[in-house]
Amino acid sequence: MSDTHAQTVAYVRESMTEQREPPLSETGVYKWIHGNMLSTPLNVFLTLVSLWVIWTVLSHVLPWAVFGIWDAASLTECRAIRDELYGADGSVACWAVISERWQQLLFGFYPPEGYWRPVLAFVLFLAAIAPILFSSLPRKLLWLTLAAPFVMFWLIWGGTIWGPICIALGFVLGWAAIHYSGPRIGTLAAVILAIVLPLIYWLVIAGPLAQALSTVLPIGLNPVASREMGGFMLALIIGISGIVLSLPLGIVLALGRQSDLFLINKVSVIFIEVIRGVPLIVWLFTASLLLNYFLPPGTNFDLMLRVIIMVTLFSSAYIAEVVRGGLAALAKGQYEAADALGLDYWKSMRLVVLPQALKISIPGIVNTFIGLFKDTTLVVFIGLLDPIGLSNTIRASTDWNGIYWELFVFIGLCFFIFCFSMGRYSLFLEKTLRREHR
Amino acid sequence: MTTMTDPPGQGFRLSQLIYDTRYRSLTIQMVAMILLMLTFSWLVVNTITNLHALGKDFDFGFLTQPSGYDINQRLVEYDSQSTHGRAALVGILNTLLVAFLGCALATVLGVTAGVLRLSNNWLVSRLMAVYVEGFRNVPLLLWIVLIFALMTEGTPAPSAFRGETPSSSMLFDAVAITNRGVYIPAIHFAAPLFENNFYNWLLVLIVLAVSIFVVKRIAHWASVRQEATGDRPTTWYLTLAILVLPIALLLVLMGAFLDLPSLQGFNFGGGVHLRGSLIALWLALSLYTGAFIAEIVRGGILAISAGQSEAAYALGLRPGTTMKLVVLPQALRVIIPPLISQFLNLTKNSSLAIAVGYMDARSTLGGITINQTGRELEGMLLLGLFYLVLSLAISGVMNVYNNSVKLKER
Amino acid sequence: MKNTVLLGALTVAGLAAGAAGAATLDDVKARGTLNCGVSTGLTGFSAPDANGVWQGFDVAVCRAVAAAVLGDPMAVNFVPTTGQTRFTALASGEIDILARNTTWTFSRDVDLKFEFTGVNYYDGQGFMVPKALGVSSAKELDGATVCIQTGTTTELNLADFFRVNNISYEPVPIETNAEAQQQYLASACDVYTTDASGLAATRASFEAPSDHIILPEIISKEPLGPLVRHGDSEWGDVVRWSFNALVAAEEYGVTSANIEELASSPGDNPEINRLLGTEGELGAMLGLDADFAKKAIMANGNYGEIFEKTIGEKTPIGLSRGLNAQWTEGGLMYSPPFR
Repeated sequence: MSDTHAQTVAYVRESMTEQREPPLSETGVYKWIHGNMLSTPLNVFLTLVSLWVIWTVLSHVLPWAVFGIWDAASLTECRAIRDELYGADGSVACWAVISERWQQLLFGFYPPEGYWRPVLAFVLFLAAIAPILFSSLPRKLLWLTLAAPFVMFWLIWGGTIWGPICIALGFVLGWAAIHYSGPRIGTLAAVILAIVLPLIYWLVIAGPLAQALSTVLPIGLNPVASREMGGFMLALIIGISGIVLSLPLGIVLALGRQSDLFLINKVSVIFIEVIRGVPLIVWLFTASLLLNYFLPPGTNFDLMLRVIIMVTLFSSAYIAEVVRGGLAALAKGQYEAADALGLDYWKSMRLVVLPQALKISIPGIVNTFIGLFKDTTLVVFIGLLDPIGLSNTIRASTDWNGIYWELFVFIGLCFFIFCFSMGRYSLFLEKTLRREHR
Repeated sequence: MTTMTDPPGQGFRLSQLIYDTRYRSLTIQMVAMILLMLTFSWLVVNTITNLHALGKDFDFGFLTQPSGYDINQRLVEYDSQSTHGRAALVGILNTLLVAFLGCALATVLGVTAGVLRLSNNWLVSRLMAVYVEGFRNVPLLLWIVLIFALMTEGTPAPSAFRGETPSSSMLFDAVAITNRGVYIPAIHFAAPLFENNFYNWLLVLIVLAVSIFVVKRIAHWASVRQEATGDRPTTWYLTLAILVLPIALLLVLMGAFLDLPSLQGFNFGGGVHLRGSLIALWLALSLYTGAFIAEIVRGGILAISAGQSEAAYALGLRPGTTMKLVVLPQALRVIIPPLISQFLNLTKNSSLAIAVGYMDARSTLGGITINQTGRELEGMLLLGLFYLVLSLAISGVMNVYNNSVKLKER
Repeated sequence: MKNTVLLGALTVAGLAAGAAGAATLDDVKARGTLNCGVSTGLTGFSAPDANGVWQGFDVAVCRAVAAAVLGDPMAVNFVPTTGQTRFTALASGEIDILARNTTWTFSRDVDLKFEFTGVNYYDGQGFMVPKALGVSSAKELDGATVCIQTGTTTELNLADFFRVNNISYEPVPIETNAEAQQQYLASACDVYTTDASGLAATRASFEAPSDHIILPEIISKEPLGPLVRHGDSEWGDVVRWSFNALVAAEEYGVTSANIEELASSPGDNPEINRLLGTEGELGAMLGLDADFAKKAIMANGNYGEIFEKTIGEKTPIGLSRGLNAQWTEGGLMYSPPFR
């Protein structure tokens, strides 16, 4: 090499050798491929199998999907176009059914001029849960969360705005009863008052009041009956209202299951186990076939509402288990600290235990929601037109009789996008929580 | 707040029922009880009035009437002249069958996918991620329908096996995969020991179980010898003989022969027919639940700290042995409880059989029977009860197992 | 806290769906819409189009009744029902009338406590097979795999037919017509059996309809018709005579084209005059307007016109009138006299 070595002993190297490129097998694509896919015979085998699987799937699906026909009025027309372009045995998708019916798949039979309403309601929903999910947002936004259900209800079902307002007033009444009479007549009496007063108000005053207000000041949207709703909108309505409505009941059940009171405990356990032990589809059939038996003669409300009631009861059992997990995960010191401060049961739950336990439970609740959202597809069996039900009705029209894959692929993709992003969010939340706990 | 107890000797006041902790819990429970009873009686009264108004009664007599419909897959004797009760039994057995098969396959798939997802092979782990996310995020119902359709379209019809130059042929002349299901060879007995075939098979099972038990004892004895002397006695020929000889003898005694499926008339005849609906439902349930189990397994393995495997490597264990002896036993404790609930989910989800026309309990008892007799209340009650008992039984059994592998805490 | 949605919905539902009282006619009039149970989708009989408007043969019956009672054929809420939920929906008062290709049977009429108000389509269960199978009679189907739709009378008829003829078969129960069609086309079953009208409709949608034949055997009588709850004869009469008006209109040559003319300048046929309300008090007897039948006919035309428009030979479904022709032409459609 260089002459600097001349004066020293032969075996000592004094200068750095020139840096060389790493060998080909240790860099770049080659190393990555070798290290990640071909390191051992087993790995080679697995790689080959995977490549084969990917090739088989893609070679069938890609051409079919990519060369699909987007512009046709019926399946026969689609087939004619296909014959012209690719010959009679060419297999291509007929996406035209999606381009013609996608609105129905999303909104059901909701009046087209009112599509903005469910969309706005959905946006409102996202805005309303943001303060719950992201704790960095200002707390004042929680007022929006409290108001959102009423506004969403009004947006989707329409009708006079006074209905939801009058019902919301009942809650204000209940809150006022606790807040103002509590110090004077004792907590228990105040709670009873807060339950009885709004009930009386809703049963007796709310209806006439809403009617009177709407005649004086008619503000309202075109009412839409629930049977006109379908598709993904229906799935979302059932899923979201099921989860939101089941939260209070679920929390009560979870507390009941932890309770020392024998009867309360046993009733909660039995309720939860019975609900969880029986498949949702059986509950849905119960909603559609039997619920009318259990209610006073003559009561009759529409199927969607019955389904929402049943789904609420169903998911409350699952929420209860999630919340129970949250309660159990909370350090025992928290309970003891609350007791040491002299808080009574409800105060310690409300101020110390539940806020923390619920926060831990949010990922679980989101997962329950994903499950419930997927399960809403079962309503097809009782005649509600969810996306899958709609795909059946679309197929029943003479134009599209005989079309399968295109609809299923579209529905599957929509579900995937929604559930996958929710699932990612819940994972992110779990990670944040874990970091906070460390 | 009310932790101070009243001084003794004071008389009982009514307000104590609310403010005294000694009585308060009793009061609350009494109130809850009364409310509960009121709700229940309200529901019952409503039901009675409504039934009366419709001119119906509450009667399980329909279970003994002839059903009038046929069921294709029946594990016990049944025809259209059998009773509705019998039809329900056929359905229940079908539910149990698909639930059992599903749980088994889902575990295999889930564990494989979960382990492979942690593989250092980039392609494989990505592929498994696609599988897991794909199945987890799309409704099961859609998967069942899709897989059923895929099987219908992707496999040959029996007519493809017919003719001079059939476009499909059977595997080894023994297995035929068609879009009506898979036909596999059946074992029949020429000289059965019992009239009822069920007892013949029970006998075979018992012999097998005894053989396996004996083999286990031999292996144990060999281990004991190895520990005592350092030599492991050669036992493989003994093991093989004990495993093979008795069962072979029994089968020869009963004149067992293979009944191969063959084309007869419109369909394949002979052999065992695994129907398309069963296979589609089974695959869909297993793949769907398998994706969830994969996540559980992955989570369980990741929960075992890296130090455990490093320690095992330091002891000189190979990766496979490390997995088997160190990681999995510990991971199992994390895995089992959520696994139980996945099994429960699978069992309940098997009620989606309706989508592919698999005749499970919901399709027979909760479907056609209700529809033909108009007995919704009774039918749904029985159906709900069946699923409830099944769920409780599964979670009971699995909990016992869970307790046996659970870390024994001091 | 968020129970409101529920309670709000309750009030709305309470407003929307009144109690299932005895006087359905009054309920319908008070509500202003007719709740009509239809199939979730059966080609030609009931299916929503791209705009969400329900179309079809069964749907037309609902529209005619709505027109007769409320004067507006569009004042109908269509409630999709499945084979399993349809009877409960009717019994519980969720719907006022069920027009869902439902077979009139003794037990449904008597035991399930419904009242069939007529037959809008005389059907029968048939078999469809691929021509390539080389079968010409259902009795040659020994050992065949048969696709059937569950939750109907079809599976009972099938069991009876094969038992009586002492031949074996393998039933493949399928939930919806669309799936059954797919199974059949992939020859996962040799035979598809359902009502002959359904078979024709299904066959019409195939890529190559001529490759499939419908076997001559019709193994059952399937009189399909609209039905109402037992015990409300006034309402039953309204539905019955609204439908009869459609049949009678065809018999007397009253069509949607000439009905205005016939109504404004009454001719000398008293039957037509009574039908269109220009003579007599028939409408009032039902508690309806005098021209209820005229409105019913104007909704979609007379029975023949509805048939032609929805399932007739000019549509892709291509059903011939057959048994459903007027009695004057050798069919079974026969309206009792309007007098």
